[in-house]
Amino acid sequence: MADEVVLLDFWPSPFGMRLRIALAEKGIKHEYKEEDLKNKSPLLLKSNPVHKKIPVLIHNGKPVSESLIALQYIDETWNDNAPLLPSDPYLRSQAKFWAEFVDKKVADFGRKVCMTKGEEQEAAKNGLLDCIELLEGELGEKPYFGGETLGFVDVTLVPCYGWLSVYEKFGNFSIEAEHPVFIAWGKRCLQKKSVSKSLPDQQKLYDFVVQLRKRHEIE
Amino acid sequence: MGEEVKLFGVWGSPFSRRVEMALKLKGVEYEYFEEDLQNKSDLLLKYNPVHKKIPVLLHKGKPIAESAVILEYIDETWKGFPLLPKDPYQRATARFWARFVEEKCMPALFNCTVAEDRKKAVEEAHETLKLLENELKDKKFFGGEDIGFVDIVADFIGGYWLRDIQEIVGLELLTKEKFPKLCEWSDEFVNHAVIKECLPPRDKLFAFFRTRFGSKS
Repeated sequence: MADEVVLLDFWPSPFGMRLRIALAEKGIKHEYKEEDLKNKSPLLLKSNPVHKKIPVLIHNGKPVSESLIALQYIDETWNDNAPLLPSDPYLRSQAKFWAEFVDKKVADFGRKVCMTKGEEQEAAKNGLLDCIELLEGELGEKPYFGGETLGFVDVTLVPCYGWLSVYEKFGNFSIEAEHPVFIAWGKRCLQKKSVSKSLPDQQKLYDFVVQLRKRHEIE
Repeated sequence: MGEEVKLFGVWGSPFSRRVEMALKLKGVEYEYFEEDLQNKSDLLLKYNPVHKKIPVLLHKGKPIAESAVILEYIDETWKGFPLLPKDPYQRATARFWARFVEEKCMPALFNCTVAEDRKKAVEEAHETLKLLENELKDKKFFGGEDIGFVDIVADFIGGYWLRDIQEIVGLELLTKEKFPKLCEWSDEFVNHAVIKECLPPRDKLFAFFRTRFGSKS
């Protein structure tokens, strides 16, 4: 029976990027459907009626929402290659802990760096830098958070690396200067085709945020 | 063997009680340490340096933080009484609803106690409970015939926490009229043989909330 896999996504979304990378890492054939978030498709509204958000992974007609949940679903379903989570329960718990940390803190700070100004933006910048420092500590000497290969935390975090120059431009600060370990890790991930083809062009992302800020009247 | 598992918690916290529920359901012996959140122990700060919060589970000297992460670790380590189903799609569904309870229901319910526009806050809380009621359908528990992952994560709603808060603050949140299935579920929850042993002492919890939220009668 051929698997039918559809990904409902929105190209700048760091959450969607996670699933793009996981599907590519595991070589899972799928149909990518770009959503217009100002005009959500009936399929999206039917597939994620609770949150009406992307990304949604639809496997043989059954939808899975929430990017970290979908990542685990992908890992458990296509479990014969490129495992995202290790097999040891303790190491799995640590990966899930750090993925939740990234999901709850990093993405939110990043968004605020781009979409706020003044004190709120300053707080977000500092928050982001603090997160990166903690993550560098967790990475340590390993090439990837997953050890020798891309793992759950790498896939969760690397889209934020994909947004980095955009955060730096809008926040008017340099993350690279203070965090060479993080930058080296990001560059290492980018050497993987699954990552490089899943992250959009930085200029395109920048232009997108410029438009978004105009629409939300942030200046 | 009992010394291998340690739990740092707070008696009134639904988050640390969740972990106790999981351990007791699986028959795992553990040593419990009560934390004073106004004066956190050096051990807690050492075992959860990132968030400095309870619960923290220590197994063979290795710490795990964040209750949902701890629950999954417990489920993977002790195989008796599975909390999550085996099928990946059902697991994803359980995780989705557990997350929904944590990220939507609980904040909406708490918000009712502080919001200026209480009517709006209550309406929003009701919307989240409605979705939960629809997910429960006619099942005895979210886990099916017996307690599962979602039931445990929804302990705040099923246990006495929500009931006490709504009584003390004077809120109509989980009512039989609006949410008959959830009410029935919460009765099953507090009467479950294992769960009832894991709930905080009723009088103590009520008194605690009375102090915290004041009394309305």
